[in-house]
Amino acid sequence: MSDVVEKTLTALPSLLSLDSQPGSAKLSSNSKLGNLIRGITELTSKHEEEKLIQRELLLIKEQVSSPNTTMRQMKELMVRAIYCEMLGYGVSFSYIHAIKLAQQGNVLEKRVYLAVSLFLNEGHELLLLLVNTVLKDLQSTNLIEVCMALTVVSQMFPKDMIPAILPLVEEKLNHPREIIRRKAVLALYKFYLIAPNQVQHIHNKFRKALCDKDPGVMSASLHIYLQLIQENPEGYKDLAPSFVTILKQVVGGKLPMDFNYHSVPAPWLQIHLLRILSLLGKNDQTSEIMYEILDESLRRAEMNHNITYILYECVKCIYTIHPKSGLLEKAAKCIGNFVLSPKINLKYLLKALTYVVQQDPKLALQHQMTIIECLDHSDLIIKRETLELLFRITNDQNVTVIVEKMLDFLRISEDDHTTIDLVGKVAELAEYAPDNEWFIDTMNTVFSLGGDLLQPDIPNSFLKLLSEFDSVEEDKKLRLFAVNSYISLLQGDSSKLPQRFLQVICWVLGEYSHLREDLEPGVVVRLLAKLLDMKSSSSETKCWVLMAMTKLCPGGAALALVHDVSETYSSSLDTMLRQRAQELQILSQDSELQAKVLPRSASMEPVEVDSSLSFLDGFVSEALAAGAAPYKPPHQRQEELSRSKLNLEPYGLSLPISISSCSITDRQSPTLLSISSGLSGDSTDFSHKGSTALKLDGVKRLWGRDGYLAQKEQTEEAPRIEAASAVRSADQLGDNNALNSQTPNPTPSPECDQEKQQLASSLFVGLASQSTPAELSALSHSKVTLLFSKQNLDVSACHVQKEDSVVLVVFISNCSDSFLHQIRLQVDSEELETEEYGAMWLAFSHDTKQNLTLIHDGRDPLAATLDVLKRKLQLHVVEIIVEAIVACCLQQDQPCLMHCRMHAGMLAVWLRSPVPDLPDCLLYCCQ
Amino acid sequence: MMRFLLLFSRQGRLRLQKWYTAISEREKKKIIREMTTMVLARQPRTCNFLQWKDLKIVYKRYASLYFCLGVEHEENELLALEIIHRYVELLDKYFGNVCELDIIFNFEKAYFILDEFLMGGEIQETSKQIVNRAIESSDMLQEDDHSEWYEVELFG
Repeated sequence: MSDVVEKTLTALPSLLSLDSQPGSAKLSSNSKLGNLIRGITELTSKHEEEKLIQRELLLIKEQVSSPNTTMRQMKELMVRAIYCEMLGYGVSFSYIHAIKLAQQGNVLEKRVYLAVSLFLNEGHELLLLLVNTVLKDLQSTNLIEVCMALTVVSQMFPKDMIPAILPLVEEKLNHPREIIRRKAVLALYKFYLIAPNQVQHIHNKFRKALCDKDPGVMSASLHIYLQLIQENPEGYKDLAPSFVTILKQVVGGKLPMDFNYHSVPAPWLQIHLLRILSLLGKNDQTSEIMYEILDESLRRAEMNHNITYILYECVKCIYTIHPKSGLLEKAAKCIGNFVLSPKINLKYLLKALTYVVQQDPKLALQHQMTIIECLDHSDLIIKRETLELLFRITNDQNVTVIVEKMLDFLRISEDDHTTIDLVGKVAELAEYAPDNEWFIDTMNTVFSLGGDLLQPDIPNSFLKLLSEFDSVEEDKKLRLFAVNSYISLLQGDSSKLPQRFLQVICWVLGEYSHLREDLEPGVVVRLLAKLLDMKSSSSETKCWVLMAMTKLCPGGAALALVHDVSETYSSSLDTMLRQRAQELQILSQDSELQAKVLPRSASMEPVEVDSSLSFLDGFVSEALAAGAAPYKPPHQRQEELSRSKLNLEPYGLSLPISISSCSITDRQSPTLLSISSGLSGDSTDFSHKGSTALKLDGVKRLWGRDGYLAQKEQTEEAPRIEAASAVRSADQLGDNNALNSQTPNPTPSPECDQEKQQLASSLFVGLASQSTPAELSALSHSKVTLLFSKQNLDVSACHVQKEDSVVLVVFISNCSDSFLHQIRLQVDSEELETEEYGAMWLAFSHDTKQNLTLIHDGRDPLAATLDVLKRKLQLHVVEIIVEAIVACCLQQDQPCLMHCRMHAGMLAVWLRSPVPDLPDCLLYCCQ
Repeated sequence: MMRFLLLFSRQGRLRLQKWYTAISEREKKKIIREMTTMVLARQPRTCNFLQWKDLKIVYKRYASLYFCLGVEHEENELLALEIIHRYVELLDKYFGNVCELDIIFNFEKAYFILDEFLMGGEIQETSKQIVNRAIESSDMLQEDDHSEWYEVELFG
């Protein structure tokens, strides 16, 4: 028969009204749908497919509107329509038929609810027609009809019609059948999501659902509770014990077998409960009742290696709720296992280390080698997650390395979302800049890589930072460096630079190019004029160029150029551009006025701005009297614009800094400039065009009056704090292991001595001790007292009382800028532990990689080679981990770290040191 | 909460789509296009997770078919993988050794199974037996007008 069907279909499609074979799934490839699908697969081009589908759609259209089509055929047609829609073709003509079928059909055809739910979504106007059907079905005595109605309701239902069916759905909460109650709860959950205030009054019923004797209903109600608790954790604290009890029962395997998933008891339910608990326990003492069950969950999940999803959720929960030291240790161990796991999906979870870092940086140090490996992982996603982690452990000593890695990633990333995110992070990290050059170079890369996707506050805060420096030498240097760097950029090929970057360049050159004395303003103007001629320059950028020219005000030959430019643009169609050109024209001709409007040696004092523009009151009242329309605030105008849907693009163009002669008051501060331009009275709207205007409020003031200088000192002199060992136990041996390590301190200490010591002690606790900070800080210890101080070296000490011993902790801090002291200390201590090695590894920026041949002299080639290296370079082996060998070499008072690993019969050596040439020299020795 | 589930072939042909929030047709097409290109471009031996806008994309390949689930950011991505796996198990149980062709020719069945498993973007029923019983009873109902008897089967 199928042959007949096929022939008929091709010959006389419209006459075909034979029924397909319903029912058995395996047979339906003979149906009309099957023919359609097979027809499509046989085609070779997209064009042919389009033709076939159009033909098919015509056929369907004809049949659905024919009065002779039976319900069952109708259903089959719907399935075909769904298929066509999935292929991306419009089938809107069938929507109404789908709804009709749902209304008229008996229980057999009710499944077309599916078609309805696929075709339409919440906002569709045809949905109103469905309300009646749903109402009818909800009241039906047939369970299947009720089930289907509830399913369709939870998929999509018009928000305004919820009150009409709400009582019926509520009623279903008391239905004797478990499946109906469960679907009703889920439908109410959906209502809560789309219209929370409509279900406000039935919160009590949610509680009843939570206590339902059927675990399925209870578990459905957790969706609602998770949502409610997310919004208001305070309001549901009283339920915490109930959730803990439920979790206990689930973990204890008290649920029916039906709930098991691969012999794990109700994992979805467990995860839901864990999420609820972590919301309830956040910064709250209710956490105490959770510790026991979390411990138990963790233990059970650990026994079975497959259920990492529960482990992960437990760990998240443990780190969110009020901390408990024992649990934290277990959770940290779990994360350690994730990170070390060969399974790539678990490696992805290495971002969970960020939780650990916040609690205890020591553990992250342990995994430093893994982190570095992940950083070079071939999977970009893993790489990105690693950067995310590094972002959180950045300090001013590793910032260059980390930012470099991020920029490397940005260069290969193609995803806009990632780029925006990462560029923002780099700009944030630039806060730790070790020097001017680095800062400007990094920001240059940020601007060129970020392109026009950049968040507008990045260039804004950058300019603010440049402008807010005080008149110390430092800021001049920074500005001068920026000017130099931009001049050389413009001299190169500037056509590839993004618009935002060009705007920044224009502003900086306009403001600060006079700082470079050997630079003729004419040269700068010529460079800027080049930008005007570029096709890619937007008119917004051109405005910036013109403004920069206005500020530069050259003499001589360049003046002619300026005249040409202002001539050209003063007839521009773009009003903003025209205004700038006019300003340029007037000011360039009148140097006296120019000097008055844009004084070069402007005082740093901000100029008072009459922001209420009271001096214009007379003008306004005159204009109003003459019949002018009253002023409307920008947002109101915006609303009207969007209502009328007119494209008013030219008027939308705005300029951040208006140089109209009445508005410019202060040459130095872009803040004031933007205020004045915002108020300068023309109809351009600045506030809604946040992306183009220099919106400076709310921008973090990174380097304020003293801030930058203070940071400079810190970074250059980088006070090193050595938490050195000295254990003088009063009556018995102290915790040697815990205290006998010495760690380079990764963060700079505050200026104040006392603060430095406190920081040292807290870091010491965090890094070198086996216990968690919470635990050690709980130990009683004496006040940190200064023992002696010589030149830049401070030695201080305090007693710490542990349960079984009294320990003397000695802090040695070096606040000089010389590196030597620190090295000597390390040499004296002679050994370096893996953790410290990891910390130093990240801090050092100069590295070299090379493959060396292994030495074969009958022994283990690895050991032999290492022995030779050891003798030659006087290095000492820190630790040999399975295949990666970690070795440390200390030579001539300069540390150099070496990381070796066996790879394809070669020894891959990776050297790092703070001294630029050391790794290269050493590698030379190795050969 | 889940936002969408997409099934597509190695050639990027869409086999099934389910959306749990209201999204315009245009947006849907855009998402489908982006998901297929993103997921198909993934190299072997890479992780099953992606970031896309504010969503986590969890995908897994079964033979020639990719299952791609978009979940909200706070969801557990490992568990999302299990959701995909359970769905595949459900399909397998219903079709008996499921293959891509089963889903192509009976995609409406795949939707019915999905609707029993997930509801409004959340897990509704995880038991293979119960989901299967519900689907099979409704299947028989389609062939036979005397539905009461099957109702006993389904809910009894």
